[in-house]
Amino acid sequence: MNEGRKEIVQIIFVFVGVLFTIKLFFVQVLDNRYADLANSNAILREVEYPFRGLITDRNGKLIVYNTPEYDLLITKKDVKDFDSAKFCQVIGITHEQLRERFKDYKARKAKKEVSDVKPAIFIRQLSNLDFARIQERIDEFSGFQIQPRTTRAYATFALANSMGYVSEITKRQLEHDSTKVYKQRDYIGQSGLESYYEKDLSGKRGVRFKYKDVSGIDKGAFLKGKLDTLSVPGKDLTTTIDIALQEYGEHLFKGKVGSLVAIEPSTGEILAIISGPSYDPTLLTGRKFSSNFLTISSDTTKPLFTRPLMAMYPPGSIFKIIQTLIGLEEGVFNYDTRFPCDKSLVNCHNHPSPADLHGAIQYSCNPYFHQAFRRIINQGKSPNTFTDSRIGLDRWRDYVSRFGLGAPLGVDLPSEKGGSIPSSRLYNRIYGEGRWKFSTIYSLSIGQGEMLVTPMQMANLAAILANKGYFYTPHMVRSIKDDQIDPKFRVRHETGIDTAFYTFVTDAMTDAISGTAPRALIPGMTICGKTGTAQNPQGEDHSVFMAFAPKENPRIAIAVYVENAGWGGRAAASIASLMIEKYVTGEVKRPALEEYVLRNEFGDRPSRTRAAEPGIILE
Amino acid sequence: MRNEISISNKMDWATVAIYMVMLLFGWLNIFAAVYDADANNSLFAATLDFGVMPLQMKQFIFIVTSLIIILIILIVDMRFYETFAYVIFAGIMFLLLLVPLIGKEVAGNKSWLGVGAFGIQPSEFAKFATALAVAKFIGSVGFRMDQVRNQVVLFVIIGIPVMLILLQKDFGTAMVFAVFLLVFYREGQSPFFLLVGIGMAIIFILTLLVKNNWILFAIIGGIWLIVIYLNRKRKIKQLIIITLGAIVLIGTMQSVEIIFSKLPLHHQKRIMVMLNPDSDPTGYGWNVTQSKIAIGSGGFAGKGFLNGTQTKFDFVPEQSTDFIFCTIGEEHGWLGSLLVVGLFMGLLVRLLFIAERQKSRFARSYGYAVAAIFFFHFAVNIGMTLGLFPVIGIPLPFFSYGGSSLWAFTVLLFILLKLDAHRGQVLERL
Repeated sequence: MNEGRKEIVQIIFVFVGVLFTIKLFFVQVLDNRYADLANSNAILREVEYPFRGLITDRNGKLIVYNTPEYDLLITKKDVKDFDSAKFCQVIGITHEQLRERFKDYKARKAKKEVSDVKPAIFIRQLSNLDFARIQERIDEFSGFQIQPRTTRAYATFALANSMGYVSEITKRQLEHDSTKVYKQRDYIGQSGLESYYEKDLSGKRGVRFKYKDVSGIDKGAFLKGKLDTLSVPGKDLTTTIDIALQEYGEHLFKGKVGSLVAIEPSTGEILAIISGPSYDPTLLTGRKFSSNFLTISSDTTKPLFTRPLMAMYPPGSIFKIIQTLIGLEEGVFNYDTRFPCDKSLVNCHNHPSPADLHGAIQYSCNPYFHQAFRRIINQGKSPNTFTDSRIGLDRWRDYVSRFGLGAPLGVDLPSEKGGSIPSSRLYNRIYGEGRWKFSTIYSLSIGQGEMLVTPMQMANLAAILANKGYFYTPHMVRSIKDDQIDPKFRVRHETGIDTAFYTFVTDAMTDAISGTAPRALIPGMTICGKTGTAQNPQGEDHSVFMAFAPKENPRIAIAVYVENAGWGGRAAASIASLMIEKYVTGEVKRPALEEYVLRNEFGDRPSRTRAAEPGIILE
Repeated sequence: MRNEISISNKMDWATVAIYMVMLLFGWLNIFAAVYDADANNSLFAATLDFGVMPLQMKQFIFIVTSLIIILIILIVDMRFYETFAYVIFAGIMFLLLLVPLIGKEVAGNKSWLGVGAFGIQPSEFAKFATALAVAKFIGSVGFRMDQVRNQVVLFVIIGIPVMLILLQKDFGTAMVFAVFLLVFYREGQSPFFLLVGIGMAIIFILTLLVKNNWILFAIIGGIWLIVIYLNRKRKIKQLIIITLGAIVLIGTMQSVEIIFSKLPLHHQKRIMVMLNPDSDPTGYGWNVTQSKIAIGSGGFAGKGFLNGTQTKFDFVPEQSTDFIFCTIGEEHGWLGSLLVVGLFMGLLVRLLFIAERQKSRFARSYGYAVAAIFFFHFAVNIGMTLGLFPVIGIPLPFFSYGGSSLWAFTVLLFILLKLDAHRGQVLERL
């Protein structure tokens, strides 16, 4: 039965042996390419670093681009007849510095970071002046070559934080890089858009093989460039940012700590995103990267902290809008429902009482919403008030989450925080199951308590109100060259609450502005907004304002946080109003208000924003 | 003493000679691969700067310990290996099971068991243990390959180490066990498995290469028609089996895209690089391109011992382990490569000869397993340095640096030589 099988096994074995012999004969004897390639005395292996993709604003204005830089490389084994005096003179360094460079090279070699047969960095990032001089005479020194690559350059000081910075890949990142695409000395986006869109921006490295003669002079492409691979430049990003608006906003934010996010409601496109204080993005490029980075990252005002996405504050009064919408949708109160302004429940200020729903929003009546929230939570679904509160809270939380709260929105920037909206699980953990009820959690009614939102979520809320019930996930990139943006940014998220209720609350918000934030009013435009004040146990409260405009045809939704600036109607409302005017009408006609904003005196006490510690920020 | 004399008389000295030549040549090559003209390094240097022991010295220690292992194998009674085959198998499998639990990570792979600086890779030893277990089962009384039950048991025996090694994410070593199909084939399994196995591998690659699937459909269909025609006089059952084979192949074709996209990215890239090395010359193609440059630059007679430039330093990665063949190719040229290929061909053919002259089914199938395992390592390792096979990290026996693999291959080989030396006794027993 098994006749002939041993021969078949033998044939398989011998076949592979013969195959290898033939293949080896081709590779080793017949094909001279490999021998030439290996002979690196004759062939120069030049890595061609790709251009990183450019980043522009929504109107095609350049924000981030590339600028050339030059490293001086050494291939130790090719260094012959080295004339150190001439070298020092051409390169423009002292003998002492030259010795230093060689010592550094030896140290790196001992650590196996460099080897004598491969080009290694000898002097990093020559200045343009040095480069021009050195380039002409570098051929006189065998074993040295100039490696051009590009580094980031910025057309504007604005947007430093959300663009992010690019730096050489760290050893740790290299070790954790599962794609194995990166090599030592490669640049990689470290934060912001540069990091989020790294795959699109980075492009692909190329290699060129060139002939050179004994003295190292370029003699053209090897094998007519057949083995060369061209570098593929990274893809350009068109952002949704309006750079004029952004720059204006950063101008207004001078000397302030806080955030600003402006969104186009109809698309979810982010028009402006400010994290204050900011820093000069050019500091994090070039030769001084390390020392500058140390300075910036140890600054106590945390310029590298992306506040619009990572700072979290209690929503405060602004949350009353959401309570109104939920209550109306649930049918537990209506436009005419009146509650007395009972200051024994929760503190309030003086205003006409008892107010109806419209009045309650207009006057931001705390006791009203205390009582309204009780109706949302305790709907009598269970005779046990504890159980009833649990059912009510979970139902309420489901509504709240449809407003994009309680979880990261999915913005195209790294490290977005989700804020927090309490669930029955959280209270069960804190108080024990069946041991909490409405009176335990009533502070949620006015946006206080175990509740945190990010400025981004707040701006998104403004967009929902502008759209009367839906939103697109806010995003910063409009298009990637040749590629579509993530389809998730084109998905319409519905809140499932009747449009009529939105009309009602936006009307009330319009009326509220004239009372709480008269500075926000813009002549000739109807603006809908709501002030808020985020309590800050460490110092003066944070000033918060959320708005959209124009009311009839909303083009911009905005949220502004100014830390330690007290009342929402002052700093935040003024900035938001100026931004809206700038974006919608194209110019600002209220120099007095601008001046007020830039003076930085909003509180009853003189402002000390620069020195202030960020308030409620959970990192 | 009579026993030992008889061993030296009956020992297959030809194989031992090939083994010794390989060890010596391999050891010199490891020295060449790590040789650095600047460093104060000699063949027998005990320490380098910073008190590090050079690789060639470590390998020398491994070689000496291998000789001790050989002595032990030869002294132990030959019946031990058959009697305790399952026990050895179970013990090694237990060690494999321990690896993901208490193993230590070396270079990103958690496949080592050990204390302090001393570690072993149980996956290397799983090869001879599985060979013993498979041979024992095939050699058991009343074994018939044509029984489905027996075939299932055999697949379970090789399936266990494969699963355990896959747990360590060592795909290369797991693939080695596929070569047992050759052993099963020799012992009477239908060629169907071997053909479909080879067919699936070919189809997998063809599907990635050929954009138009209809061409492949046509090819498979054509082959199916021819085979059916040639076998038209046979029983209907065989025709059904052939048809099933064709369906499996078409199924493979259809699932390639899916399977391929499910593979980890670095495996995908390695396969694509093998098919088109220029697709990623500085990334994944780097290894293969550099390896070919090194081998190719050797020319006809090589650059001479210690004169290689490409394999030194870091042009070729892992030049002392998986890519050791590059050093040979560069420094000794086509002649040196031919010598290595020749040594392996000599070893493999000799092993088949030894296997065939065994009197017991146990010894014969063990012999085939040994030959098959060496063949797989030889074919895949050199294949990958030449860009004929995707880069999977398996060593070239007796050449690659490493204690575990050297010891494991030594054990594998010398158990066979021990059995072979006593083949006369088997006859007496029968």
